[in-house]
Amino acid sequence: MEPRAGGVEALREMGSVLRMSEAEAALPAVEESETTIMNMGPQHPSTHGVLRLMLELDGETVLRTKPVIGYLHTGMEKTGENLTYLQGGTNVTRMDYASPIFNELVFCLATEKLLGIELPPRATWIRMLMAELNRLTSHFLFLATNGMDLGSTSMMIYGWREREEGLRLLESITGLRMNHNFIRVGGTAADLPDGWQERLTAYLDSIPQRLDEYEDLMNNQPIWRDRLQGLGVMGADEAIALGATGPILRATGYAWDLRRDMPYLAYDDVDFDVIVGSYGDSYDRYAIRLNEVRESSKILRQCIEHMPEGDYRVQDKKVTPPPRARIDESMEALIHHFKIFTEGFKVPEGEAYAAIESPRGELGCYIVSDGSATPYRMHIRGPSFVNLQTLPHMMHGGLIADGVAIISSVDPIMGEVDR
Amino acid sequence: MTDPEVEITPDEEPAPAPETLHGAVVATIRGERVLFPTREQVVDVVRALRDDGFLMCVDVTGVDYLTNPHRVLPEGIEPERFEVVANFISHTARERVRVRVQVPESDPVLPSLFELHPGTEALEREVFDMFGIRFEGHPDLTRILMPEDWHGHPLRKDYAVGQIPVQFKDAPAAR
Repeated sequence: MEPRAGGVEALREMGSVLRMSEAEAALPAVEESETTIMNMGPQHPSTHGVLRLMLELDGETVLRTKPVIGYLHTGMEKTGENLTYLQGGTNVTRMDYASPIFNELVFCLATEKLLGIELPPRATWIRMLMAELNRLTSHFLFLATNGMDLGSTSMMIYGWREREEGLRLLESITGLRMNHNFIRVGGTAADLPDGWQERLTAYLDSIPQRLDEYEDLMNNQPIWRDRLQGLGVMGADEAIALGATGPILRATGYAWDLRRDMPYLAYDDVDFDVIVGSYGDSYDRYAIRLNEVRESSKILRQCIEHMPEGDYRVQDKKVTPPPRARIDESMEALIHHFKIFTEGFKVPEGEAYAAIESPRGELGCYIVSDGSATPYRMHIRGPSFVNLQTLPHMMHGGLIADGVAIISSVDPIMGEVDR
Repeated sequence: MTDPEVEITPDEEPAPAPETLHGAVVATIRGERVLFPTREQVVDVVRALRDDGFLMCVDVTGVDYLTNPHRVLPEGIEPERFEVVANFISHTARERVRVRVQVPESDPVLPSLFELHPGTEALEREVFDMFGIRFEGHPDLTRILMPEDWHGHPLRKDYAVGQIPVQFKDAPAAR
């Protein structure tokens, strides 16, 4: 499909963004006005944390929407300017808490671009394995919350169950369920533990049958279909004009996946399909994520098969701490270890932008270095932050009850929106 | 460690006049194409880029170079305190291009890209919120992450961390 620039005009005609300040909204409503301004969130159960929406309603029909964000803002970009590149990982991993590996990965890729280091193949493949495993848990989280928002409690329980099993696997590799800080500049924090192939294979073997169960439970269910199909429709032109990426863009039928189109890590060497929708509605966005679980499983199986031998991190004394065993016997190794963890390593002056395909879309990291051990400026381009702008256009003209399903289908993670 | 390329190298052999694209100076930094238009040029350059197929504006952010004024810039570009950085992507050519605009401290105003890329609305609001750079023509230039009544712009380098006055200190005690 050829992209066109026509989305801008279409969006303008729709006029679905509400632009109104707090003070204006607080004024008493004009008597003869036919619309009402209603507040939804930030404590509304369907708003995925702390998203707040100001809705202009005509009866039950949503006319214009304004997403109000910032409730989780903790200044992580500012914090990142005061942490060394080694500590930076612990900071960024907390942004998108449903897919922490991706945050670490993009931060490390940007730093490595500045350093100009080349990774050993095993490090690259471990990173890819971790990323895809994290994509599984993130998509299972989506399936769970999407089911919960639409009143399917069993789906919620199933989704959490699968996600928890995936997290247990992540824990066995990294030591933590979430916020792993496992991807480090120059490789990963540790090698894969013994027996990882068996455990991962057992997990992957359990997935296809469960996905079939989900499809029986959801796709074949008229209520589920009625609540999602044909609602929250967005075309490819509008999605491109709004900068939407990930499943939202692919649901419009536009096949764009950074893993395939601008490959990083070793995605060139694995075989997988890019899932696209055809209607751009909430159902497509749900179905894409369900099927991406299958594609990620495919990549994981190839990771098990092709995992190269070798070192899991680059043996560059500038960025890699010495092996633990060397510290006991060598004074220099001890000093080296101490210096890396106290002072950090210096990164050459310059700027770099790295981007990867997170479960929610393009996750970018822009780092400006002034040659010191901390970034001069660290900016994260969060996919949820930009994707949230599609919400007013998707909800325009729909019912308020469908709005809940639409918010859920965007799958925003507020930690990343507010940073 | 391989020696990283720190110097900015023009796209072609060094010529007396720097290479330009749509009237803006072009440089290649670590394999990424970067354009340096002036404030007056920026909208036209972005429009020309969009006509070239760079349909999506991926990211808009700012950098405050207050404490790092000696950055490497191509010839003919006067460094200013602020810089607004925008990333564009062309899906058909599978290419990225970055646009860096110098914004002076005395007059931190830039024309908005909203008319060309509606997706920059939230991103430009964030830059305004964090750096105090105003975007002319933006439909709703208000704070987005910080509270509406916040003073100062947190990502500026002279914004003192740890010296923020205590919030709610005038609020009456619970009892």
